[in-house]
Amino acid sequence: MRRYFGRKLLIYGLTFFVAVTVNWMIPRFMPGDPVASMVARANITQPAAVEAMRRYYSGLFGFDQPLWQQYLNFWAALFRGDFGLSIWLFPHPVSTVIGGAVPYTLALIVPSVLLSWVVGNRLGAYAARRKLLDNTVLPVGYVLTAMPYMWLAVLLAWALGVLAGVFPVAGGYSFSMRPNWSWTFLLDLLHHWTLPFLSLFLVALGGWAIGMRNMIIYELESDYSNYLAALGAPARLIRKYAFRNAVLPQITGLALQLGVLVAGALVTEIVFAYPGLGSLILKAIQNKDFFLLQGAFLFIVIGVLIANFIIDIVYVVVDPRTRAGMAGARA
Amino acid sequence: MSLRVSELKVYYRTLKGEVRALDGLSFGLADGEILGLVGESGCGKSTLGKSLIRLDGRMRHAGGTVVLDGEELPIADDRRMNDYRFHQVSLIPQYAMSALNPTRKIRRMVTELLRSRGVTLDTAELESRMSQVGLPREVLDRYPIELSGGMKQRMVMVVSTLLDPSLLIADEVTSALDVSTQKAVARALLGFRDSGYVKSMIFVTHDLALTHHIADTIMVMYAGRLAEKAPADVIVKAPRHPYTRLLLDSLPEVGVRHTDRRLTGIAGSPPSLLDPPAGCRFRDRCPIAGEECAEDPPVAEVAAGHYVACWKA
Repeated sequence: MRRYFGRKLLIYGLTFFVAVTVNWMIPRFMPGDPVASMVARANITQPAAVEAMRRYYSGLFGFDQPLWQQYLNFWAALFRGDFGLSIWLFPHPVSTVIGGAVPYTLALIVPSVLLSWVVGNRLGAYAARRKLLDNTVLPVGYVLTAMPYMWLAVLLAWALGVLAGVFPVAGGYSFSMRPNWSWTFLLDLLHHWTLPFLSLFLVALGGWAIGMRNMIIYELESDYSNYLAALGAPARLIRKYAFRNAVLPQITGLALQLGVLVAGALVTEIVFAYPGLGSLILKAIQNKDFFLLQGAFLFIVIGVLIANFIIDIVYVVVDPRTRAGMAGARA
Repeated sequence: MSLRVSELKVYYRTLKGEVRALDGLSFGLADGEILGLVGESGCGKSTLGKSLIRLDGRMRHAGGTVVLDGEELPIADDRRMNDYRFHQVSLIPQYAMSALNPTRKIRRMVTELLRSRGVTLDTAELESRMSQVGLPREVLDRYPIELSGGMKQRMVMVVSTLLDPSLLIADEVTSALDVSTQKAVARALLGFRDSGYVKSMIFVTHDLALTHHIADTIMVMYAGRLAEKAPADVIVKAPRHPYTRLLLDSLPEVGVRHTDRRLTGIAGSPPSLLDPPAGCRFRDRCPIAGEECAEDPPVAEVAAGHYVACWKA
C-alpha cells in the first residue's frame, strides 16, 4: 500500500514539475512584449522617460536577468507562495487576483462535475433496464455529450436569458450590488450561477449516462449476474451488484475527464463573463500578463492533480482488485 | 420418482427461425439418482440443464411438462419459477470460475444472497460444508480474485447446494479442470448426494469416461432427443444405440495399443435443428441405417431401465 502511494506521489511530483516548467515557458514564448505595452499605457513621449520606465519595469519583473535565472527565481518564488505582480491589474499581486476568482470557478466546477456524475450514473442505470427510458436517454445523451460547452452555454443564455428573461446572462452578481453576506446577495449569486452551472452539468450528464447504460448492460449479462438469477436472487440484488461494479470504470472515466471538464468550465465562464479563472485567463492573455497567466494555470494544474489523487484513493477503497494488485509482488 | 420430464420442447428464437434444441424429451429421475447427461455439442444437453432452472431470453418453452416431487415446475414463468430456484432446483454453472461477484467478499455475498431468499446464513453449517470440499473457513473473508480456479469452483458448489435442493444441475462442471481436479470435483458431488445435501443430480458433460465414475444412470442425447438411457454400466458395456456405440468407440483407452486401427470419431455432423429432417435424426451418420429409419423411432424400454430410440436396437 505504502509502495503504491509512494509511486503515485512520485508520478504526481514529476507531473507537477513538468507542468510548472511548461507553465513558465508558455508566456515567455508568446509573441509581444508586456513591458512595452505597460510603457505604452503610460502615454509618455519623452524617450529618456520611456527608457527609464522600461528599465524600472524590467527590473521589477526580473526580465533583465538571463532566462535560466528567471526560471530558478520562478521556482524560488513559487515555494514562498509568491506568484509575482499582475501586469494587467498592476500593482495587485497575482495571488490576490486569483484568490478572488477561484471561489467562483470552484463553485461552478465542483457541483457540476459531481452532480452530473452522480445523476448521469443513476440515469444511465435506469435507462439500461427500461426500454422507454432507454429510447429517450440514449439519443438525448448523445446530443448533449456531443455539444461543445460554449455552444450549449450560448444556447442557454439566448433561450433562458435573452428570450425568456428568467436568468441573467453575464456576471457573477448584479452590477448594482456590492459583495456582502446578505441573503439578497447570496440569492443574486445563485441566480447568476444557474446558467453556467446548467451548461456544464448538461454536457457532462450525457456522457456519464451513456457510459453507465452500456456498463450496466454489460454487467447484467455477466456470469455472476446470471448465476444470481439462476439461484432466484431478486432483481434488486443483481442490479445493486451490477451498479456497483459498473461504477468502477466510471470513476476512472471521471479521472480521465477531469482536465476536459475544467477546460469546459473555463470556456463557459468566458461566455457568461463569469468572474472565475476562465475569464481571468482570457484577460491575462489579452494583456500579456505573464504572471497572472502562470498563476492561473498553476492553480488549475494543482487542482487537477489533487482531484486525480483523490480519485486514486477512492478507487483503491472501492475496488478490492486494485488492493490485491498492490499486495502482490509486481504488476 | 423425483423428477419427471415429459415431451419437453424448448426452442431458441433466432433470426432464421426457431431452433428446436429440445424436441420432445421424456425421462425420469429417481430420488438419490445421479444422471449423467452426455452428447455432442449442440445436442441439447445444456439447454435441458437451463430449462430446468432458468430459460434465458432467447429460449421458448414450446410444450411438455416438468414435474419435480409431485409439483409441476412453471418453467416458462420466470417470476413463479423463482420460488423453486435454489430451494428446489439449483445449478452449478458452466462458468463457475466467474460466477462470484468480484467486488464482494464471499461471506457478504452469500449472506446477501441468502437474505434475499428469506434465509438466514448458518455459518457453522456453511463452514462444515466448505471443509467437506477442502476449503478453509478463511476463504469466506476473501474476495473471489484471491482464490484459485478450483477453489472458486468448489465454493460455488457449496453455495449452490446450501439450501439442500431436491435437484442439482451440474452443467459441464469439470470441463475446465485438469484431470486430478476433475476427480476431486466428482468426488465432492458424490459426497453431496451421500450427505443428503441434494436428492438427485443431473450431471451434464461430454466426458463419457468421467460420467461413468459418478453417474448411476447415463442418458445419451442426440439432436435434441433421447438416444439411449440406461444404468451407467450398461451404457458403457452393452450399448444398444449405434450412436452410443460410436461415441464409446471414439474414446481412447488407456494401456491399449491399436496397431491395426486408428481412433476414428464419428463421421459427419449432427443435423441442423433449425429445420430437422423427418425420421431418425442420426440416420445420415448411422452405419446400420435402413428403410424403417425414415420413420421416427419411438423410445422403447428394451430391458429394465434401459431405453433406446432406435429401430435396430
